[in-house]
Amino acid sequence: MDSVHDLGGVEGFGPIPIEADEPVFHATWEGRILGCRFLMGFWRLWNIDANRHSLEQLPPAEYLAMSYYEKWAAGVVNLSAEKGLITPAEVEAGHPSADAEPRTPPVDAAGVRAFLPQGRPAAREIDDAPVFAVGDKVRTARNMHTGHTRLPRYLRGRVGEIISHHGPACLPRHQFQNGGRGRPTSLHGALQRS
Amino acid sequence: MTKKPHHEHTHVHSLLPSDPALRAKAIETLLVEKGLVDPEAVDALVDVFSNEIGPQNGAQVVARAWRDPDYRARLLADGTAAIAELGFSGMQGEHMVAVENSADTHNVVVCTLCSCYPWPVLGLPPVWYKSPEYRARLVREPRAVLDEFGVRLPEDIELRVWDSTAEIRYLVIPQRPAGTEAMSEAELAALVTRDSMIGTGFALSPEAG
Repeated sequence: MDSVHDLGGVEGFGPIPIEADEPVFHATWEGRILGCRFLMGFWRLWNIDANRHSLEQLPPAEYLAMSYYEKWAAGVVNLSAEKGLITPAEVEAGHPSADAEPRTPPVDAAGVRAFLPQGRPAAREIDDAPVFAVGDKVRTARNMHTGHTRLPRYLRGRVGEIISHHGPACLPRHQFQNGGRGRPTSLHGALQRS
Repeated sequence: MTKKPHHEHTHVHSLLPSDPALRAKAIETLLVEKGLVDPEAVDALVDVFSNEIGPQNGAQVVARAWRDPDYRARLLADGTAAIAELGFSGMQGEHMVAVENSADTHNVVVCTLCSCYPWPVLGLPPVWYKSPEYRARLVREPRAVLDEFGVRLPEDIELRVWDSTAEIRYLVIPQRPAGTEAMSEAELAALVTRDSMIGTGFALSPEAG
């Protein structure tokens, strides 16, 4: 979607906020939110593309005003509510409703430690040959997107040269729309000369 | 199908406390009490990202590539596999591409659409990497941005800006500093900074390191 998350090339921003000797977390709560958002993914009700899209859907002014982990906090609550894992009333109360059925978390400490070195590879198997060859000239699509896309505005309608082929993967916009059941296509790297 | 009421689902976050710490506490409390999240698993993730995964991992990869030409070739040919040789793999590093700086090419990495970052080799990203300033400006005026990091490049050097895709994560192999020929892999790794592996810095010289 064409919101303020698509920041590449936008003018008006000031100096880069460089911080010497920056800690991994600036406050304890940041790590707790990282953990919560990461672990809620194990319910397998959304994939990483939908996760990213949940942040893109924040109102533009809020998106720009929020820190990274504030966006994560909003995203995990909004996705969990959208998928029915929590209700708006519970978010407001800060506790489960009286009739909520207790559940068992899908992953524990040992499970998540074992998962990290595995990750979730995006590679898929297809028989088709790559769509482009290295050295091919390509022009990117110009169309606007209401769903989720990884084609930023500053690279739409631009001519570039194919410089690599990374094998088949699912397009994020299909992944998002079809719950990860999109048809895989060739993933290429492209170089645009300025 | 009727259209989903937009605000009802997407803006539930506006019901949370406004203070960030209280907000996080409210979220974790609710998720734990509902049995959706195991708080010990949260502890484990905080511990891993605070103590185990960080730029010290990527520094080992770079130091190995500097000392071992065969490893360097494998790293450039298949970043994911070569990095896994040193025991680093997984979440947000499933598809790694190593790009090498040289006398005539400098590489720098950004994620303009979100904040994609190669966790297994660099850990969690610094605030500036996630900032609107960096994400907006790097692709438009990379030399001005690099100047703010103290990275001044000759005019004739080719500057390659890599905007992370949904899948690919990049690791920059900085140039090996002069005067390091006799150094061990561990000594070399101490010269490899986080920023040098993003492209917003150089490796330290032995005197500085």
